[in-house]
Amino acid sequence: MELDSINILIGGEAGQGLVTLSQILTRGLVRAGYYIVVTQSYQSRIRGGHNSYAIRVSDREIMAPKEPVDLLIALDQNSVVLHMSELSQHGLVVVDEAISSDQHPQIVYAPFSRIAGAMFSNSVALGTISALLGLNENTIGETLRGFFDKHGAESTKENLVSFSAGYEWMIQQKSEFPKLGPPALSEGRLALNGNEAIALGAIAAGMKFFSFYPMTPATSIATTLADHATEMEFVLEQAEDEIAAINMAVGASFSGAPSMVATSGGGFALMTETVSLAGMTETPVVIVVAQRPGPSTGLPTRTEQGDLEFVLHAGHGEFPRAIFTPGDVEEAFNITGKAFHIAQKFNTPVFILTDQFLADSYRSVKPFDLDTIDPVDPCSVSDVAVNRHITYVLTHTGVSPRTFPGMSGQCVKASSSQDLVIADSDEHTPDGHLTEDLSVRISMVEKRLRKLDGIKSELARPEFLGDSEPDLLLVCWGSTKGSTIEAANRLRKTGRRVATLHFTQIWPIIGEEFVEKLKSAGKTISVESNATGQFARLIRRETGFQIEKAILRYDGLPITPEYILAGLQT
Amino acid sequence: MVSLADYGDYVTAWCPGCGNHAILKAMKHALVSLELAPQQVLFVSGIGQAAKAPHYLNANVFNGLHGRSLPVATGAKLCNTDLKVIVESGDGCVYGEGGNHFLAAIRRNIDLTLIVHNNQVYGLTKGQASPTSEPGFVTKNQPDGVFSLPFNPVEVAIAMNAGFVARGFSGKTEHLSGLIQAAVAHTGFSLVDILQPCVSFNKVNTFGWYNQRCYILSEDYDPTDRQAAFLKASEWGDGIPLGILYKNKRPAYEDHFPFVRRGPAATRALNVPRLAKVLDSYR
Ligand SMILES: Cc1ncc(C[n+]2csc(CCOP(=O)(O)OP(=O)(O)O)c2C)c(N)n1
Ligand code: SF4
Ligand SMILES: [Mg+2]
Repeated sequence: MELDSINILIGGEAGQGLVTLSQILTRGLVRAGYYIVVTQSYQSRIRGGHNSYAIRVSDREIMAPKEPVDLLIALDQNSVVLHMSELSQHGLVVVDEAISSDQHPQIVYAPFSRIAGAMFSNSVALGTISALLGLNENTIGETLRGFFDKHGAESTKENLVSFSAGYEWMIQQKSEFPKLGPPALSEGRLALNGNEAIALGAIAAGMKFFSFYPMTPATSIATTLADHATEMEFVLEQAEDEIAAINMAVGASFSGAPSMVATSGGGFALMTETVSLAGMTETPVVIVVAQRPGPSTGLPTRTEQGDLEFVLHAGHGEFPRAIFTPGDVEEAFNITGKAFHIAQKFNTPVFILTDQFLADSYRSVKPFDLDTIDPVDPCSVSDVAVNRHITYVLTHTGVSPRTFPGMSGQCVKASSSQDLVIADSDEHTPDGHLTEDLSVRISMVEKRLRKLDGIKSELARPEFLGDSEPDLLLVCWGSTKGSTIEAANRLRKTGRRVATLHFTQIWPIIGEEFVEKLKSAGKTISVESNATGQFARLIRRETGFQIEKAILRYDGLPITPEYILAGLQT
Repeated sequence: MVSLADYGDYVTAWCPGCGNHAILKAMKHALVSLELAPQQVLFVSGIGQAAKAPHYLNANVFNGLHGRSLPVATGAKLCNTDLKVIVESGDGCVYGEGGNHFLAAIRRNIDLTLIVHNNQVYGLTKGQASPTSEPGFVTKNQPDGVFSLPFNPVEVAIAMNAGFVARGFSGKTEHLSGLIQAAVAHTGFSLVDILQPCVSFNKVNTFGWYNQRCYILSEDYDPTDRQAAFLKASEWGDGIPLGILYKNKRPAYEDHFPFVRRGPAATRALNVPRLAKVLDSYR
């Protein structure tokens, strides 16, 4: 029997070491050269509750999660009860014999804790899974060693011995569970999730200041950055609240440092006054909003795309902004770099709108080409010909060249009392002082808004994939990319003409670039993780085009290809 | 040589007789005495009458949101430690809207100076009670008088072991200028709470009211004695002490970041070989 991919689900309580086990397996699979898509689903608690970590693995390229479970590793009885019904035809459950012994043809009882005691039972489990999938014992063993060494654990040896014992035991069972084909990838790929990619993308973009207040699912951006702050010489600061976080970033940016903050909906709500401040003072700042279901505290650890309209309109008054919506991990890295460039070039707030699914979803990522890394250089744009710097000098693009306090053009140390930078949250004259001259007001409003034309000229264009003039066009944005494309691929195999249109940037939006595609389709359907179809509404508002139908999900779980295909039936 | 002329002379939008005029004067004198040129100084302010002060002298200015000047200043300082950063705003801005930032800035001990024009009222919004208004203070919005107890900023700052805590009075301008000088020269967080009459909206705490009560701490007062400082700071009523109430030598927050003193962040290029190593660690 051959499968196009194997969907492994590891289930258990919080505090059982599930994440460690799963992450070692994730890294091992990537190191071995497989493609993976991880879906983490956890409850908002530190102990107990039910958590699951799904790894879909394949020897060919995959980009979406999958629903049926081929291999269930149950660390507790509850996981068997909860996930048995998701098991595919040929699916298998592996569970510790100490937990249960109900007879069932699809259940294998393994001596996880009998072999090594409760302390090391997860390493036995890792060995069992590795053998079952036909993975090279060494590759996974080395990954395990690396993981424990990195975390300074003293028990690396015991874990390795337990791992091998589990591996041996499984080999002897001579299971007929389908093995993975030989891995397709040889180059050393990176195992990264969406949040790690944003964090690393920001470092590569030349970020010099990051501030945050912890909030799931954004926190792991801060955690990742904290690992590298000293080495990469940027300031990382946990602020007293989100208002402080974004004001610090604005202050840092004002003094010349490319800056970023990361939060989720509730924390972002607190930041909105300062989003407007950044718009008014023309201070670049990159704002990551990792969405989770709202309103209010909502479902803290689940996923949703419910904050599109919020982020689009956040902040009082009118000023330009750009909103990027990465569709996968590689895009998350690259688009973060672009976000920094757009922010720096147009001196305005720029957003990266992601969500819990992508934040926590590990993928196998091709190493980034360091020759093409292009960090922003704040000093290069700060060139002014005039003697005295004018912070908000009127230009035809609306963009005023910047200098920074204490420095004149090109970051040369300021030597004259003419080299001053004056910024004001009040309406201001070109030299930065507050004014109530209403004709100045008009020219300043127009100056700021003119920058949107420049932002439009550097748009990340929507990606059209599939058959031209399709019978069916699926429209999506952000993290639903992979599932939508895979659903389309499956439909195409049934003989339909299908295409997808994915947006990595949802603001600004230029109708001329894609409306013809929408019109050319027999039927258009939007795919969104929210209850009201916010993106379809935005397209209608901006272009007049009404997308016919929506497939929406708002139970907190990610949209899967199966969910889309089922939605098409109704 | 830095001279008063470098700091300019501007027409203000303040009422004649307002204590802010004297604070502005004391500030300029302090900067000149410290030999600081305008381009070396960054003022960060919030919103209010006091927060307009930086517009009335030559310096770098970030005039941000009501209550949010301290975090802006913190970010700016951490990314360019060469700057002398002075935060200047009103009692409502700093102790009310921005109260949490006040506490956090003291805890961090970031190297900046906080100047608060404390007129015990909201001037710009035309006379509502502020966090430092006294019980019974009647305004159009508090017609039955203020019910809450006032916030005592110097007491709180000393309780939190702030690096430098002083109180001044706009009416004693020369003394005040000395306090500002000492505060700006201090490494670490420094607070100068300045009693400032608002002639338009505070008819209780007037120039005369303050002038009668304020006295300058004697020469032998020891500002390093925290217990004594705490007692002094709680003095309010018939006598109000002015001067450096407390100081210590806590390390400045910037000291915890090994690289920030090596020039402005804007000039630090990305270290690509290190980035390569970081990326490699995700294999
Ligand atoms: C978020 C926000 N809330 C309220 C205001 C309105 N507002 C402006 S200044 C101010 C109070 C000013 O009082 P204070 O800080 O003591 O300064 P003063 O005018 O007395 O110098 C208020 C409430 C505002 N600008 N922003
Ligand atoms: S209202 Fe009060 S604080 Fe404002 S300028 Fe007039 S006197 Fe000064
Ligand atoms: Mg006031």
